[in-house]
Amino acid sequence: MCPCAAGSECIAHDNDGKMVEGSEIRVVRCGGSKINTRSPIITIDSRFLLCVSGDLVKVYSTKTKELVRVLEGHTNQVTGIALNPANHLQVYSCSVDGTIMLWDFMDGILIKTFVVSYPICALYVSSKHQGVIFSVIPIASGKAESFQLVAVHLPRAVEVEVDAPELSAVITDVSANPSATAFGREGEYLASAKGLQLSVYFFRKQKTYRFLLTASDKKGAKNGFSCVACHPKEDCIATGHEDGKIRLWRNFNHRKEYTYTTIHWHHNIVNTLCFTPEGTNLLSGGIESVLIQWQYGDNKKAMLPRLGGAITHVSASPDGTLYCTCHSDNKITLIQSSIKVCGIIQGLVKGDAVRTDLLIDPRSKALVLNGKPGHLQFYNLKHDRHLYNLDIVQQEYIYEEGLDQYEVVMAAFDSTGSWLATVEERGLKLSTLEFSLKLWAYDKTTQSFSLNTTVNAAHDDRIRSMSFCPSSETTMLVTTSKDGHFKAWLLGADVDTEKDSDSASWSCDFVGSYHGLLPTRCSFSADGSLLAVNFREVITLWNPETWELLSTLCLPPGDIRELCFGNQSCSKYLLSTTTKNMLCCWNLLTCSLEWSTSMDVVLLKPDPLSENVVAFSKQDGHTDLFVFKPSEPRPLFTQKAVCMGEVSRAIFVPRSELLDSCEERSQWLNRSQLYFLTENMDLLTLCTKTEEERMAAISKQLVADKSVAVTPFYLLLGKHRRQQEQQDKLDDSPHGRQAERPALPQGSVAIKELLHTPAHVLPSASFLCSMFVGSLLTSTTDNKNTADQPPDEEMDSEKEEEDSEGEEATRDGQVDPSNLQGSVVDRMPRLSKTQERQLRSVRKTDYSWLSSLADA
Amino acid sequence: MIFTDKTKKGTETRIMGEFKVHRVRFFDYMPSGIRAIAFNQQTEIMAVARLDGSVEIFNFSDHLFQEKVIPGKEQRSIEALCWVGERLFSAGLSGEIIEFDLHNLRPKLTIDAYGGPIWTITVNPQGTHLAVGCEDGTVKLFEVLEDGIQFERNLDRKKGRILSLCWHPSGTKIAAGMMDMICMFDIKTGHAIHRLLVDKARGAPKNQECVVWSVVYLADDTVISGDSAGRVKVWDAHTGTLIKNHDVTKWDVLTLSLSQDETSLVAGTSEGTVVQFQFLSTALGQEDKEWVRTRTFKNHTHDVRAVAEAGSAIISGGMDTQLVVRPLLEKHDVKSQASALRKVQFPHRRLVSCAKKAQLVLFQYPSHLELWRLGESEGHGTPGDKLPVQRNPEKLLQLKTKGEEHICCSAVSPCGGWLAYSTTSSLRLYKVQHENNNISITKMSKLPKVLHWAHQLCFSADSSQLFAASANSSVHVVSLSANSCKHKHTFKPKTGSTQPIHLLSVSADGQWLATANSDCEIHIYSLTTLKSHCKVPVYRSGVSAMAIHPTTNNLFMAHADQQVFEFSIEQKQYTDWSRQVQRVGLHFKWLERDTPVTSVTFNPRNPAHIILHDMYMFCVIDQSLPLPQKYSQLYNQLTLKSMPEQERQEHCHAFKVCKLFQPLMCVGHDGGSLPGGGRALPAGHHGETPGASQTEEEVLRRSEKCHMVLISC
Repeated sequence: MCPCAAGSECIAHDNDGKMVEGSEIRVVRCGGSKINTRSPIITIDSRFLLCVSGDLVKVYSTKTKELVRVLEGHTNQVTGIALNPANHLQVYSCSVDGTIMLWDFMDGILIKTFVVSYPICALYVSSKHQGVIFSVIPIASGKAESFQLVAVHLPRAVEVEVDAPELSAVITDVSANPSATAFGREGEYLASAKGLQLSVYFFRKQKTYRFLLTASDKKGAKNGFSCVACHPKEDCIATGHEDGKIRLWRNFNHRKEYTYTTIHWHHNIVNTLCFTPEGTNLLSGGIESVLIQWQYGDNKKAMLPRLGGAITHVSASPDGTLYCTCHSDNKITLIQSSIKVCGIIQGLVKGDAVRTDLLIDPRSKALVLNGKPGHLQFYNLKHDRHLYNLDIVQQEYIYEEGLDQYEVVMAAFDSTGSWLATVEERGLKLSTLEFSLKLWAYDKTTQSFSLNTTVNAAHDDRIRSMSFCPSSETTMLVTTSKDGHFKAWLLGADVDTEKDSDSASWSCDFVGSYHGLLPTRCSFSADGSLLAVNFREVITLWNPETWELLSTLCLPPGDIRELCFGNQSCSKYLLSTTTKNMLCCWNLLTCSLEWSTSMDVVLLKPDPLSENVVAFSKQDGHTDLFVFKPSEPRPLFTQKAVCMGEVSRAIFVPRSELLDSCEERSQWLNRSQLYFLTENMDLLTLCTKTEEERMAAISKQLVADKSVAVTPFYLLLGKHRRQQEQQDKLDDSPHGRQAERPALPQGSVAIKELLHTPAHVLPSASFLCSMFVGSLLTSTTDNKNTADQPPDEEMDSEKEEEDSEGEEATRDGQVDPSNLQGSVVDRMPRLSKTQERQLRSVRKTDYSWLSSLADA
Repeated sequence: MIFTDKTKKGTETRIMGEFKVHRVRFFDYMPSGIRAIAFNQQTEIMAVARLDGSVEIFNFSDHLFQEKVIPGKEQRSIEALCWVGERLFSAGLSGEIIEFDLHNLRPKLTIDAYGGPIWTITVNPQGTHLAVGCEDGTVKLFEVLEDGIQFERNLDRKKGRILSLCWHPSGTKIAAGMMDMICMFDIKTGHAIHRLLVDKARGAPKNQECVVWSVVYLADDTVISGDSAGRVKVWDAHTGTLIKNHDVTKWDVLTLSLSQDETSLVAGTSEGTVVQFQFLSTALGQEDKEWVRTRTFKNHTHDVRAVAEAGSAIISGGMDTQLVVRPLLEKHDVKSQASALRKVQFPHRRLVSCAKKAQLVLFQYPSHLELWRLGESEGHGTPGDKLPVQRNPEKLLQLKTKGEEHICCSAVSPCGGWLAYSTTSSLRLYKVQHENNNISITKMSKLPKVLHWAHQLCFSADSSQLFAASANSSVHVVSLSANSCKHKHTFKPKTGSTQPIHLLSVSADGQWLATANSDCEIHIYSLTTLKSHCKVPVYRSGVSAMAIHPTTNNLFMAHADQQVFEFSIEQKQYTDWSRQVQRVGLHFKWLERDTPVTSVTFNPRNPAHIILHDMYMFCVIDQSLPLPQKYSQLYNQLTLKSMPEQERQEHCHAFKVCKLFQPLMCVGHDGGSLPGGGRALPAGHHGETPGASQTEEEVLRRSEKCHMVLISC
């Protein structure tokens, strides 16, 4: 486990005054939020990349692409970040919550909060304007569409939280798009573009020049401004346009004699522009997902194509060695200045909608949903890391507006994760419907899914739902379709095919229908002995072995929307929700309605690891959450207004470690965690207090040193080093070296950590190796002639008093010392002191080696 | 309406509204590519040399009106033009320097430079010396004298041809673009000071030379060169070092032109683009300046061979034969006609003459004439219909000129019996005889001596007289009879103007003759008394077209600035309608058009209808209808027709514009007799103009005899 990643991801609070009763459970924005909304910045030393993600500012290491730190404090969407020009180790961030915060991003400390009390859309700083931050705020007249650029004068106060009431308007009517405004050479002027107008405000003259383009609609192209960048050394403003042109403006201090050069490669809107720090190159990106590096002052350009998604932002590091691009598929690409990709930070890919449900891969415990077009993505929520994409459609994706492409609309895993069923379709809008059902087998050798069966016309009409039989004996898939039938598919059911399980394929076993009604949902009971399929308002219960219609349950009015069986002790219950706002619970033993209640349930999800069922119900624009057991019509837990708008998807994710929360209200979260997706594609979860405390404890341990790249392994070493330093201070004797000793037991933990960290996030082996070996070598040599491990404490040797003192000090500083060695030493028979010494000098060293190896 | 398809070479007739239209598409007018442009900053006159050796004079301040055309000559190829004051010099590959006589539109003086083909000619800023660059590698200096030029001396001869020259503004140094290098000469000593080597295009073969097509020498001792490797290079002429290199194109940079204040430079490339460079400070408000590539204009489809900066606009021309005037918007305060992009594609004069009665048209090509008979068809059908062609148009005659000189004017008599053309040195008159389907021509051998050459030719309506405009704005009147022609009289303007006459117009009754010359003067002579009748008040803009109304004898004039006037010859004053037009003002849409009206004709059936046309439209001005308000919406005829009766009455206006046929070379009518005695149309039907009223059955019936000839290419 990687402590730093785990420690930092689950701390965001959605504090919009929605602290739940007792605040032991909170709605939290965690893994999978957007990292591409604003341009990321690279620190002066190019070691860290800061980016905005939801309410947080995330700090990534540029070398390992690992999340290093999270700056958490804003209560709403963060809308801009900028390095403090006065101190390059500090960063300003602004948010819609109306505050500007100043952080020390190296230590993750909030230094100051400036309360502006207007929602801020963007911020700009310049070294020429100390103490002033330029930000874009909505114009107070109440018109939501109009924004102005104001200078926020930061008060010089010692308090941590100060009001910044002093605002002065700089340019009125600017674009809310943060890339449409930029500081000019040495902060002399500000350029801002909106619509067809470019405004340049000169601070010295306090004058705004406005340049208007005449609209041209030639061949449908539009020439409105889309983004602005200023040359750092010369007075040249680069503007991107909707028709793909880039204009380089010069001489813009005369209203009449301005002039511009046009360069053109993009065929569609230029999303972003950025000059390199020396101004030798101009970077541009757009929907083509090609990064163009224009040589300034010449027409030459270099291209980096196939970056995967439309480029939304480009920025360059202050030393010009690194570029980073943000992409529409929630990805940040790090690019060397030689135009070579050197790293990718991939967030959860979210399109406009998740058409597949949220799923959990039973093997990897990864969240599975639509990713890139035609793909399923596997996302590790715990580490907030994209794992891989599974190409379902297996067709080249062509970007073109209005082109009807295959899209994965449904996916399901069987209980063991060895089978994956997907449905892809196209033709919803334009042409006739085409869809196919694909079944994928898990291939242990490649650790991936391989296509086993493709059923091209599985049904006559669209497939509405799909589920695998959970029983371990049979591998069965049931699909329901708009054509009025449901079909059961069995693996290797065809007798003619070989019995060899490798080549077994899927075929249809049974076709069922009920009075020609439309089936919508199907659900298996936990043991797989019952299949419930609903036909409009009627629920039919089938025996999947014999395909006998066991019973029908019907309670008009209203079509059934959701259907699920209870788990474990409640497996005799079947839950259903109807369009007429009814939640019904059926007892399957008596085939009668156990209880029902009137509520508008939009989503019903059972926890596979407990009896609990969660229901989301929409009320006055909010969504309320209820947790209950099917056996009891009283909810275990309710939370009003978990989020604005509707919850579109939800899933229970099993925890890797059980939570031992004793609080009654939060016990339902012990086994699994609930994730849900809102209308705005925000992935939210519920976080308990105990969980938070644990995280906080871990995150406190993480303090980075400045000299080494921050990796999980480094963090461990850094921890040791600090302890060493402490010891050095404690015993200023020449024996200070012995402080290395306690590193050893921890060294073993370090090795464990090292082995558990994915190799690709570690620094290079040569680097690790020397450091690692070095640390081990010194400790052993030191131990040879000096003191022993814990047993030393038990000995009353006067000679080793100093050592033991030091030892105790170190032990205090230690969080969890391994007592393995100590326990072994304890059992040794007592010898005379001389013998002991001899023995120790010879044997102890070897033993420590062995123990560390054994630990590893 | 008769459509004649170029590909089919047949005629289709379509009835449209009032008129039957012959659409003639067999005039293969082929304009010639532009080779050089010289802009005179003082007079704002622009000279344009074309590949066929002709030189056109445009008046930049008068809406870019093509005032004069000096016809070309076989073998005369002009490589460069240069203004010395108001004198125009050219040099070409024939090795001769020519000075043009802009009054008589012919070369005034021709001097052989004896250096082989000449590639370039420039005058020093002081206007005292001409420098020519020759094929043999010499730069020759000629002194400009009052009555000509005189060879002075050669500068040091270099190996390789001199392709471009530019004087330093002080006149003491000259930069010469050569093969692979630029040479700088000191004028006093004649020795080369510097030799700047220009490298080849990347990846070019070893033996391929880099041609320095153009050089510019700035006052601050900067030399800028454009070469065949597609680069514009900025050199420091002091040290002879390259300061900046701009890769402009993959192909050639053919021409450079510097603005007067030396802050802007334009380069024409063989990709058809014109690239502007500006001398800008890199940081605002600082002195440190450099040449930055700014704008790129792509208005040409082929090589841009010539560019010029005319203060507020960039003028470019090239192999695609069109002259493009691209205004620099920062030099214009308001959006106006002057700030719009303009293209001059066709000459502002008529190359077609019609014999109305005989249904013949005469096409004037540079070195031959073609006489065609129009096709015929039955004129029945609904407006808008194409009519079946009964007889295809027929080429009756092709007449090749004698000698090398190109035709400058031609005319066919209304009866079709006479044909005349003139070059700069000779005038020929032919009698054309039609016998059944045979045609024969005889040259009139004994012409009066005064008919030596003419700027403009015109026959009287009854074909009994020929009018020839000649030197000093004089017009010779020659009476024609079956076997002889006699000089009758010579009209001379009282003002003593020496500018050439470019328009002649004779009244239908043979009483009046009107002449227009390049001084914007219009003289009216009486043919009965053979005396000067009067002079129309001089208007500031050139006359682009004029005609005398057949019934009222009013002279109708259209000017280059799009103004129209009507002048009553009998009363010697502007008509009331004309005064009203001036009072109300013309509609801004009309004034915004950028091509001048090139002909005026009248509807023979309706005297109130005046038919004008320019390159993109033709217009019927109905004098009986109210004039449109200056900024009111100008409804076109189709929308007018869809309006209810009352509203239509309100919005009716005098300008009925048809843009159906583009581009238009000539519009004429052949209805010599007025059908139905000029019946006035009922008011409700005034909207019926060709192309605009296509469904009026009633009008169609009336219009069967009335034809329009549209000649478009």
